[in-house]
Amino acid sequence: MTVKVAKQAKQAADRQVTGEQAAGRPASRGGRRHGSYPYALYAPAAAVYLVIFLVPTVMAFYFSLTRWTLFDSTFVGLDNFRDFLSEQNLRIGFQNTIVYAVVTSGLKVVLGMGLGVLLTGSLRSRGFLRSVVFFPVLVSTVAVGITFSMLLKPDTGLVDRTLGLAGIDGRDWLGDATTALLSVALVDVWKGVGLATVIYIAGIVSIPRSYYEAVMVDGGSAWHRFRHVTLPLSWPATYSVIVLSFIGGLRTFDLIWTMTRGGPGFTSDTIASIIYKQYQAGFYGLSTAGNVLLFIVVTALVVPLTYVLGKRQVVL
Amino acid sequence: MKTPLRMPRAAVAALTVVALTACGSGSGSSSDGTVTLSFLMGNDQSTVDTTKALANAFTQANPKIKIKPEVIAGGSEGDNIVKTRLSTGDMADVFWYNPGSLLQALNPGQTMVDLTGDPVLKNVKKDYLPVVTQGGKVYGVPAAAAAGGGILYNRKVYERLGLKPPTTWAEFMANNDKVKAAGVTPVITTFKDTWTSQVMVLADYYNVQAAVPTFAQDYTAGKTKFATTPAAVAGFQHLAEIHAKGYMNKGFGSATNEQGLKMLIEGKGAHYAMLSLTLPPQLASYPQAATDVGFFGIPGNDPAKHGATVWEPPALYIAKTTKHLDEAKKFLAFVASPAGTAAVTKAVPPSGPYRVEGATLPANALQVAKDLQAYLDRRATTPALEFLSPVKGPSLEQITVAVGSGLTQPVDGAAQYDKDVAKQAKQLGLPGWG
Repeated sequence: MTVKVAKQAKQAADRQVTGEQAAGRPASRGGRRHGSYPYALYAPAAAVYLVIFLVPTVMAFYFSLTRWTLFDSTFVGLDNFRDFLSEQNLRIGFQNTIVYAVVTSGLKVVLGMGLGVLLTGSLRSRGFLRSVVFFPVLVSTVAVGITFSMLLKPDTGLVDRTLGLAGIDGRDWLGDATTALLSVALVDVWKGVGLATVIYIAGIVSIPRSYYEAVMVDGGSAWHRFRHVTLPLSWPATYSVIVLSFIGGLRTFDLIWTMTRGGPGFTSDTIASIIYKQYQAGFYGLSTAGNVLLFIVVTALVVPLTYVLGKRQVVL
Repeated sequence: MKTPLRMPRAAVAALTVVALTACGSGSGSSSDGTVTLSFLMGNDQSTVDTTKALANAFTQANPKIKIKPEVIAGGSEGDNIVKTRLSTGDMADVFWYNPGSLLQALNPGQTMVDLTGDPVLKNVKKDYLPVVTQGGKVYGVPAAAAAGGGILYNRKVYERLGLKPPTTWAEFMANNDKVKAAGVTPVITTFKDTWTSQVMVLADYYNVQAAVPTFAQDYTAGKTKFATTPAAVAGFQHLAEIHAKGYMNKGFGSATNEQGLKMLIEGKGAHYAMLSLTLPPQLASYPQAATDVGFFGIPGNDPAKHGATVWEPPALYIAKTTKHLDEAKKFLAFVASPAGTAAVTKAVPPSGPYRVEGATLPANALQVAKDLQAYLDRRATTPALEFLSPVKGPSLEQITVAVGSGLTQPVDGAAQYDKDVAKQAKQLGLPGWG
């Protein structure tokens, strides 16, 4: 019985959400009408955008077609793209990038939602805990990478020492081919889950209390409240978290580079670290070609993702 | 990173320093006739100490010329800064950089002052000149001492176990066996600093050229490969063998060069495939490094043909954009003179012989320098391949880590390196690589 009631509550909620959205749009637009400012006012921003974004982007497309030493460049057509695609470890890099993006965004959704629910509940030191969860987001990624490299050291690192107290023989987390990538992914989750949590808190807080009350009146348990109210109604938050962390995961570089440099060997290389290594080697044209490819790949993955997730939001 | 010569610089702190030091070079002459030369160099300790010693000694002799050092990141970060500064005409008057394969990428003909036939080169040893030459023109003078690439070993451990330096690979492995039985790590391995992994392969070059004397030319022309030359695959096999026998230290995947050197000096490890130039910076904390650590070339198969691979010293170059050419030349002439090397010796004990006529090793030179000198006296040395050929693949260090960790078979590793090399040769536009 209660389940059925909860479903009705959900449907009501659905109507409510779409209703709010429908009502919300004109309201937010009504304030500033189009064309109320002269276009000349856009000029400074447009100039900055043109000079530091559009021009370099177009130049990058050109230089990706050249053999470029910084001193001179020779046009070589699509050679760089062919060479980059035949890069020996590109397949590992692609695999790792996808694995990394899926693992980090998946865990951020699950943990972020869990923490979000926890930190919107009636917890005594809620404010303090919220700050604690958010704190890692504020720390520089490179600093996090260096710190965790120390913590994850074999034998002498804090992690292995703690495991040692429990009688578990720790391992060389970052120096071992089987654990390196996952270790970095988990650190990424530790660092990024705070942001996901904040997004979820915002999403959950905006769910009207009345739905929860409806479930409670019907005798629904905490699980029912979560399953049939919080979960579906925090969909916009889930959507934001997935898109943000998935893109972040695809482009990931700083953490990988500070913790493993793509190693041991090539086992934790991602596309971004492969590109960076070409740049380091002085193959500027080749690495630019790699960046153009990364741009295309990210676009190809994220545009459909946004479309699908966005559609789901409307259906709901 | 392209070459192990600059490896020590990359080892530390490359990440943080770039942002702070990347910009600004001032040079000029003031009203009282004093000229200030700007001088750009990498950030590792021995480079900084060497240049300070040189600058002080030079200014004492020439009070009208001041040297203003400018420190940038080392490693490939440093490469990119140097390239950018040269290509934008923003280079310091004088700069410190590698000879050999890395120099070729700087386009010296366009960016540096040609020193061919200049009195600046008067004291430079003739056999050093090829590594600072491009297209028949000479561009640099040696700024420090040469270094040996091979096995650094702890002499105390050898003494205690009654071992003697091996001249064949089989003897070396037999020594490792005894070292392991004594509870000491036989071969220190530090794959966190990936560059350290390639020494086992690169320093084996003496044995490669002993077996195939034309390897360097054929290799540059794209006519021969690592994977098809058994003597060249040997370096990769050595790495795999050491891993397979369990001779490495625990946690070798996360160990750093710094930790490795400490293990070696303290006698917790017996051998370390390394360049001797990493040793002088350790002297401040470990004075015993001067006497306890010795050097031998990576042993091959024939004891009669045992020798060592030498890393030529980095060089000083003059940027074409300098406004103080005469003063810069005066400085370079000083650096490449016995007085210059004497000033360096006071600040940084040389880890090998100088490349300057009339410069000698001090009596209290490091043991590794004496050991290397003995190889030179026997004429049993060759420069590393990167000083003989512009071809050097950038991924060697990752490949050697993979082979040394048992992830890749030695022959596959050599084949991967050949592909990597082909990519680099193509990017350099070398003839014969299409």
